[in-house]
Amino acid sequence: MNARRTARGLSLHAVVWLIAAFVVVPLIYAVISGFKSTGELTTNPFGLPEQWKTGNYTGILGDGMFWRQIANSAGIAIGTTFCTLAASAMAAFVLARYAFRGRELFYTLFTIGLMFPFAVAVLPLFLLLRNFDLLDNPLGVILPQAAFGLPMTIIILRGFFRTIPAEVEEAAVMDGCGKFRFFWKILLPMARPALGTVSVLAIVASWNNFFLPLLVFNDPKWQTIPVGVQQFQGQYSTDYALVLAYIVLAMVPALAFYVVAERQLIGGLTAGATKG
Amino acid sequence: MPSSVVAPAKDPAEKRTGGAVPVHSHAPARSLPRGLGSWASIAWFLVPALVLFLVFVLAPIAVAVHTSFFKWGGIGSMDDFVGFENYTRLFADQVFLGDMGRGLYLIVLSITVQLPFALFTAVLLNQKLRGRAVYRMLFFAPYILSEVVTAVLFTMIFLPGDGMADHLAGALGLEGLQGKWLADPSTVMPTLFVVMTWKYFGFHMMLLLAGLQSIPREILDAASIDGAGAWQRFRYVMLPLLGPTIRISVFLSVIGAIQLFDLVWVMTAGGPNHSSETMAISMFQFGFKRYQVGYASAISVVLFMISLVFSLFYQRYVLRRDLSGAVTTGGGR
Repeated sequence: MNARRTARGLSLHAVVWLIAAFVVVPLIYAVISGFKSTGELTTNPFGLPEQWKTGNYTGILGDGMFWRQIANSAGIAIGTTFCTLAASAMAAFVLARYAFRGRELFYTLFTIGLMFPFAVAVLPLFLLLRNFDLLDNPLGVILPQAAFGLPMTIIILRGFFRTIPAEVEEAAVMDGCGKFRFFWKILLPMARPALGTVSVLAIVASWNNFFLPLLVFNDPKWQTIPVGVQQFQGQYSTDYALVLAYIVLAMVPALAFYVVAERQLIGGLTAGATKG
Repeated sequence: MPSSVVAPAKDPAEKRTGGAVPVHSHAPARSLPRGLGSWASIAWFLVPALVLFLVFVLAPIAVAVHTSFFKWGGIGSMDDFVGFENYTRLFADQVFLGDMGRGLYLIVLSITVQLPFALFTAVLLNQKLRGRAVYRMLFFAPYILSEVVTAVLFTMIFLPGDGMADHLAGALGLEGLQGKWLADPSTVMPTLFVVMTWKYFGFHMMLLLAGLQSIPREILDAASIDGAGAWQRFRYVMLPLLGPTIRISVFLSVIGAIQLFDLVWVMTAGGPNHSSETMAISMFQFGFKRYQVGYASAISVVLFMISLVFSLFYQRYVLRRDLSGAVTTGGGR
């Protein structure tokens, strides 16, 4: 019995290891290859580098373009998150806590947005942004991203705002607190966990967006990291080791963010999907 | 974050919190707005979201519909009205019909291969297993990476001749595959699907894990006491209770496959010879490379109609029974 249990435990581990290898081997391959020269990548594809070359990595880190792209991505992510949160929190507040004619209609209107894949809107969005003169302007990416983030954010925040007892609001009103002051001074601070969750979702979505920045930014000085990665690959397509080093460095901020915000991220994604 | 697109539904918050909710769709409200002042302040709160939404989400759909009735290169005045010509042309276009077929192919594989794989992993990690928190975190990690980074990584891995995949195939005696992968029409779609699975199975695993963890221990214990083995517990207790989660997972896979762009654009740009082209790639090619903006708009509209019809249908007939009292609750709080 005991031996059987051990055997079962071992085979369980073997299976998990196999899946882990499927996930990790491509990543490790990229990291190690970044330390090789492209020549060595051909002759020695799997082994450790004969000599660890750091030149690929340090070369990229010394290049202002890489940092520029990181800064652009970060700025756009922050701007998007701010706009999404501000607009969604205000809308979710009245949609959650006040009864008025047409409330459910407004709510349904926002939730319908969940059915529009981004890819559908991207071409007409480009035409609109061109008319608004928002091409090569960070707002041309921030505002549409914020708009597409509204449905999910409003759904999650409205759900949370509804869980705050009416007594809290009554007490505040009794103390002479107006609607806006209640929202700003009491509700938002109480909703900090939910705001954290939706911020993390907005940041990740913005950081990884490729389609829209690709179209909106013609000028390299605005390029975000995903666009930069694609351009870099096009530019150095034969220097495989260098390209791999570039994507490894491009992964680092996302993975670091994941390690820090894992709970909000997974909580938010599973909640968003199942609660919807 | 395309995969977090979900079905709109009534929020279950009111059920979870019972009496704590102040306002409720049909219940009389405590703070009914009185007079114009109140209405104005409510409007003031709604306006920013409403404006953003109308301008950047709804208006583009209208623009696409309008543009799709014209033959237009994208610049200058739009005056060559062609009626439904772009649509008739679209449905006679072998490449576009192929796009839909390839979308279907990816959907079928996602449901028959990726989902069971994710479910298997979720069940595995739902057991007492040393280091399972680490595995969980590891398997989800690819989901965090952008599709572009993933695409470039696997472009390098599947590079003909020098890529890791070719070396691996050589070592395993699969020389027939060498030099093919993304470069050959017969292998490009399965290869693409492997990359999609690498990136997305961890997300579905997380959803299913949240579902599994919300199954009350007592139900499983009761099944054990009644003599159910591990397989029977899975088949007759866990699987039915996971129904709502599985249906959501299928929904997300379908929506993801319909709008697939980044991954394919960077890895193959739809090639070789259109053999990996998706609807979104076709739209991009015509709209931004060949300057047939009217035609590309027609593709956008069709893409939109497909997702709309699918979403409405799926919610009406598949998700409906889950909307009240789904077994899964949010893992967030």
